[in-house]
Amino acid sequence: MIAAHGPVLPLLLPLTVAIILLFLPRRAQGLTQGLSLSGGLLQVGLALLLLRTLADGTQLVYRLGDWPAPYGIVLVVDRLAAWLLLTSALLALCALIYALAGSDRQGRHFHVLFQLQMFGISGAFVTGDLFNLFVFFEVLLMASYSLLLHGGGGLRTLAGLHYVILNLVGSAIFLLAAGLIYSSCGSLNFAHLAQLMPGLDDAQLALARTGGLLLLVVFALKAGIMPLHLWLPAAYAETSAPVAALFAIMTKVGLYAILRLSTLVFGSNAGALAGLYQPWLLPLALLTLVVGGAGVLAAGRLGRLAAYLIILSVGTLLTAFTGGAAGIAAGLYYLPHSSFATALLFLCAGTLRRLRPASGDQLVADGDLPQPLLLGGAFFVAAMASSGLPPFAGFIAKLLILQALPQALVWGVVLLTALAAVIALARGGSLIFLAASGTMALPRGGRKPVPKTSPWELPAIGGLLLLIVFLTLAAEPALKFTQASARQILEPAQYVRAVLGGS
Amino acid sequence: MEILIALIIGLLSGCGVYLLLRARTFTLVLGLTLLSYAINLFLFATGRLVIGQPPVIGATSSPADPLPQALVLTAIVIGFAMTAFAIMLSLRAQAELGSDQVDGERP
Amino acid sequence: MPLLFAILTPFCGAALTLWVSRRGRKPTIFSALGVCLLAALWLAPLMSDVFAGGVKIERLSWIPMADIDLVLRFDGLGLLFAQLILGIGALVIIYAYYYLAKEDSLGRLYALLLLFMGAMLGVVLAENLIVLLVFWELTSLASFLLIAYWRRNTEARRGAHMALVITGGGGLALLAGFVLLGQAAGSFELTTILHRGDAIRAAETYPLLLLLILLGAFTKSAQFPFHFWLPHAMAAPTPVSAYLHSATMVKAGVFLLARLFPVLSGTLLWNWWVGGIGLITLLLAAMIALFKHDLKGLLAYSTISHLGLIVALFGIGTPLAAIAGVFHLINHAIFKAGLFMAVGIIDHECGTRDMRRINGLWHAMPHTAILAMVAAAAMAGVPLANGFLSKEMFFAEAVSVGGQMRFSWFLPAVVTLAGIFAVAYSLRFIHDVFFNGAPINLPKTPHEPPRFMKVPVEILVLLCLLIGIVPQYTVEPILAVAAGAVLQGPLPEHDLAIWHGLNPALFMSLIALVGGLFVYLGRQPLFAVHARLEGRLDGRKIFVAVLDKISTGAGRLTAFADRGSLQHQLALLLSAALCLGVAGMLPGPSLLTNLPPLLRIDAVSLVMTLVLAAAALKATMSHRQRLTALILTGAVGLILALIFVKFSAPDLALTQLAVEVVTLILLLLALYFLPQTSPRESSPTRRLRDLLLSLLVGAGMSLLAFAVLTRRSTPISDYFIAKSLSDGGGHNIVNVILVDFRGFDTLGEISVLAIAALGIFALMQNLKLAGLEQDAQGRAFDPDRYPLIMATFARLLLPLALLVSVYIFLRGHNLPGGGFIAGLVTAIALILQYLTNGVVWTRQRLPAAQTHPLIAWGLLIALLTGLGSWLFGRPFLTSTFGHWSVPLIGEIELASAMAFDLGVYLVVVGATLLILINLGLFKTSPTARERKPWKS
Repeated sequence: MIAAHGPVLPLLLPLTVAIILLFLPRRAQGLTQGLSLSGGLLQVGLALLLLRTLADGTQLVYRLGDWPAPYGIVLVVDRLAAWLLLTSALLALCALIYALAGSDRQGRHFHVLFQLQMFGISGAFVTGDLFNLFVFFEVLLMASYSLLLHGGGGLRTLAGLHYVILNLVGSAIFLLAAGLIYSSCGSLNFAHLAQLMPGLDDAQLALARTGGLLLLVVFALKAGIMPLHLWLPAAYAETSAPVAALFAIMTKVGLYAILRLSTLVFGSNAGALAGLYQPWLLPLALLTLVVGGAGVLAAGRLGRLAAYLIILSVGTLLTAFTGGAAGIAAGLYYLPHSSFATALLFLCAGTLRRLRPASGDQLVADGDLPQPLLLGGAFFVAAMASSGLPPFAGFIAKLLILQALPQALVWGVVLLTALAAVIALARGGSLIFLAASGTMALPRGGRKPVPKTSPWELPAIGGLLLLIVFLTLAAEPALKFTQASARQILEPAQYVRAVLGGS
Repeated sequence: MEILIALIIGLLSGCGVYLLLRARTFTLVLGLTLLSYAINLFLFATGRLVIGQPPVIGATSSPADPLPQALVLTAIVIGFAMTAFAIMLSLRAQAELGSDQVDGERP
Repeated sequence: MPLLFAILTPFCGAALTLWVSRRGRKPTIFSALGVCLLAALWLAPLMSDVFAGGVKIERLSWIPMADIDLVLRFDGLGLLFAQLILGIGALVIIYAYYYLAKEDSLGRLYALLLLFMGAMLGVVLAENLIVLLVFWELTSLASFLLIAYWRRNTEARRGAHMALVITGGGGLALLAGFVLLGQAAGSFELTTILHRGDAIRAAETYPLLLLLILLGAFTKSAQFPFHFWLPHAMAAPTPVSAYLHSATMVKAGVFLLARLFPVLSGTLLWNWWVGGIGLITLLLAAMIALFKHDLKGLLAYSTISHLGLIVALFGIGTPLAAIAGVFHLINHAIFKAGLFMAVGIIDHECGTRDMRRINGLWHAMPHTAILAMVAAAAMAGVPLANGFLSKEMFFAEAVSVGGQMRFSWFLPAVVTLAGIFAVAYSLRFIHDVFFNGAPINLPKTPHEPPRFMKVPVEILVLLCLLIGIVPQYTVEPILAVAAGAVLQGPLPEHDLAIWHGLNPALFMSLIALVGGLFVYLGRQPLFAVHARLEGRLDGRKIFVAVLDKISTGAGRLTAFADRGSLQHQLALLLSAALCLGVAGMLPGPSLLTNLPPLLRIDAVSLVMTLVLAAAALKATMSHRQRLTALILTGAVGLILALIFVKFSAPDLALTQLAVEVVTLILLLLALYFLPQTSPRESSPTRRLRDLLLSLLVGAGMSLLAFAVLTRRSTPISDYFIAKSLSDGGGHNIVNVILVDFRGFDTLGEISVLAIAALGIFALMQNLKLAGLEQDAQGRAFDPDRYPLIMATFARLLLPLALLVSVYIFLRGHNLPGGGFIAGLVTAIALILQYLTNGVVWTRQRLPAAQTHPLIAWGLLIALLTGLGSWLFGRPFLTSTFGHWSVPLIGEIELASAMAFDLGVYLVVVGATLLILINLGLFKTSPTARERKPWKS
């Protein structure tokens, strides 16, 4: 099954689940949750199977409709894609479990939308066709719009509005870029494009270059790279906790696209357009780091802090991606870690909002929390992990990134922004979890007594904690894999051969 | 003729962008509509301009490039979904914020 | 793996102790002490080997590829520190049991102490530098929690935060330093590094890596100018201070210097930086200590000063100096721990630590007084106490090394001066506290503490004396192995006797003692001077100020960038696109070279274009009149459809037309709930900026479009044209592409449509909106919502429209048409019913138009069609077809692709209906309009 249809399964699974859920009546709450959850579990299993199949370095190519590439649409799963599939599946599972605590019932169709979101994300990771990538971007964006707005509320609606409009313009730019690429190369298939790039004449080169750079703009918007990061803090801070946790992977989709195109289409043997993105990436990465560090220091709420930590991680990843094979490997190892860590922070913020009716997730002291050890401990670990303190994977990844990029400026920025994160998290954490002034302040006309952490929130938080620890302990195999992935994507010829066949 | 189409595309996108930069949701949606017209026409243009040769087997000897048409068709439908969502969202914003100012408050 | 277990024991023990602590205080302390004992037991068997000069290396694979393995090392230095950490740790645990108030959680304190103990053991037993760093940062975190133990106390939290930021920051510098060191040495493991000293000192990165590593060490060991965090860490409970600031936390930095001594020392850079900083710290802190009225403040600065002394000794860099450094490190740990505990007792008994109020305790607590005095004597360097010996060695080294410098008197003078102040503040401590009249209104009446609270102090004081009197038999062995590990070579000749004969060092000690006495007696004027200088150069103030500056700066930057304004962000996005677009177009020859022959412009197209341009411009200019703008936009859309017709894209034309109609209806309905006009808001400059931006974008688009229209490249579509009929089974290539060649795009696209519909449905739940009472001209709407004629007309129209859509659907595969267009036509026909007859009426008459099932079925059919091909062992979405002839419609061919198209059709109908019906279902509330605007 995996060998025959592997690449398409992680797409069809969530889609099928979503359709089934759509048939269920509204009152079948338990069934819906169960199906959705098992869907999430299966997705993880699938990703693991794919990972195992690809261990030997093969690239699974799937020709949809049995049409030969480059004419039909192909799905390609290589190590990189499988790694991201696994990351997103695990993250989604934890977010889903957390959502069962109640936020999935704050609006309609949460689980359907969630599954379709996974459909879109997985599609973006495995597709080997530019326009199909556009379609899947639209799928995941459309779903993310609805999930982001799930539950409603003034600020959330506003943040959603900005997010939606910006991304609509982004989609327009994507179409424009796709048109330019098609008109210059006459094809949309990544592998084929990689093959055609060297043979373009001058006029076509200009078009292709323009298209490529416009694509960079689109991906930068999705990835939250400065100066196109401004939609991110509000959107992530205002939406519900599980959605924010899931969105920790969304920025990575943009980064993935950048990595894919910069290594495959505009990769080493793309002729005149080889390394088209290179001159832009490092400066943008460092600026993003600076902006993220500043935002982290300035944040007044845990949600916002976590959102800016995401921007920090984006900057770190982009920096790593400019560091050759070693850098990419380190970055790919850092990617799941940072996603899990920030997701964990978002979940903590969500529980905090529920436990502190008056002060929410603001970084202020307000009464003793129930089960302070649980939540405080989780926060402590999340803070350590997301600011790259040892012993967690983030620390190792940062170390390797520094080794891969021996440049004073890079070192300075990376380390100082890490310090900024430490400062902010220590300040905020000590206010929320240490400086508790007796009993909790309830909102005016304080209603029911503060609820305890719900049975669904703990496994989600615990799961993320376990993932972070596991990634740290399994650093050797994980790094081996990411290094293999880095080498693989830096060998575009291999990919092209796998897709188009022949020499 | 190519020049004409190119000018139309430029004009539409220009108008679209100008409307996009207004601070009201409805105007914004109109801007998006114009912009997407421009983009669709552009995408269509990547197949070059061919008169009287629809891409239907038998209708003509050398039909126009069908792929851009298919892409544009997809783009139109997706665009419709997006526009619909945007306009509904603006209604929700109107309801929740009591204003259709994109930044929530009246200046 | 005894070493690993020794490190892990405290970590696990912390959890255990915390769990036990529910069962009362006694079990808690026993478990804590048991943990220390167990950890010691793991190490005990290895000690004999180490004393014999062996080194035990323990390796657990972690990340071999990155040269980061869990490698541990047990040598003399590690042994010495392990003894200090565990021994003093155990004493502190006993002491804390009596010190801590009943209401404070003993379990939490012990758990944190044990955590810290484990981290500290990790630091001193690490063989791999990265592992060392890991535990190094853990000590910072653990100390953060320990200092903030009294978590409600703001001072405690501030102090903890400061300590964490400074030591943590130092840790980051250390990270960079270690990476460089590792690159210079070719490994992160000490065994290798210690043998590559010359190579490392020769490396051109040496100055930088030395600086970075020293940053780490000095921040941790509270060396000038980073010393200020330590006094503020005194907000911690006294047992914590006794542990952190005598034997462990602050000694970590010194430990690092000792560890890397063979590698980094031996250069002028080392001598100047390490020695210089050490001396400055030594002198400065000694002076400040004299003026602190707070007992713990005094001890804090004396700690800093003594650390400076040790650092200075390592900075001097001679083997003897190194030995003296290790020796003083031991002595300081012992007497300072004792002193902190004594001070804790005094604090505990008097309820204050202010020396201006605590006097004459001699009568209240003679026993404690004696203990404190002996320890203080050791601190001052009085003969018979251990402090004397190491200080003597220090003086001797200062003389011998200073002799080689240009101002041979300078070094001895400085250290003697420091010695004088050390004596002075020790004197002050003894005299002020235990004599000097009677106590001044203390909160409590002091008396001897519980018996066992003094036991730890007694043990430590006894050690002071033993080492001070018979060093050969007590400290020599451990000192020898430790110093041996530091020097990585044979020990030079040294003897730890009290009496070395009449040598300069002895005189310096005497001067220090006498001078100290005089300074103390004549201290009043000095206090006056200090009072004037007080707070002139307070490190804490500077730190806070800097941090505030950074925070405010960050706040400004963030606020500047993130204005929460959509237009701002849109402008940024468009500008970014513009910049990179231009960057893409500029290089290389112009896009407009070697043009192919262009099509000639015919009159009709020209007119059409002009109309379109006029409409677009008018719509833009009169965008504040929303209805007008909307209608004009619609007109543009319609002309677009005509353009598609002209340039041989019938499918596009149909789709554009249908979509246009639906969109128009949607927008019109929406406009009903929105303001009819928009006010003039943006300033002229803003409008100018936007105008410029749109002009540039327009120009760029035109240029690109023209380039695209005149490009010549061989597209892949020839394949589609060739295969459409033979393999795709359809004449209409566009449709075949949509449902077959690129059917997967279509699947994604209908999912988008479905998601949009569902999302909108979720969005519109229990939403209240006020509709219009009157139109823009102020005319009231017709009260009759469903005019009869129109309604009947629409009902007649419905079946016809449905028939048309079926026809369009069926021919779609061969002639322009297909699922989309058919679906849209159906949808429009149904919407007409809703518009003319109302939602409720239609719902009753048309059960088939239940939108959710429609969408679900549509998606399901599309999916199953795709999956069907699996049965034939083909990939997803593989199609097949056959031909049938049907009367009236003619020869049609049923392709599996048509089933797929049916799915598309259903989704389109369902989604479109769902989207539009939502608008019809609003509960309009007249009050909604009066609601005051929401402020951000």
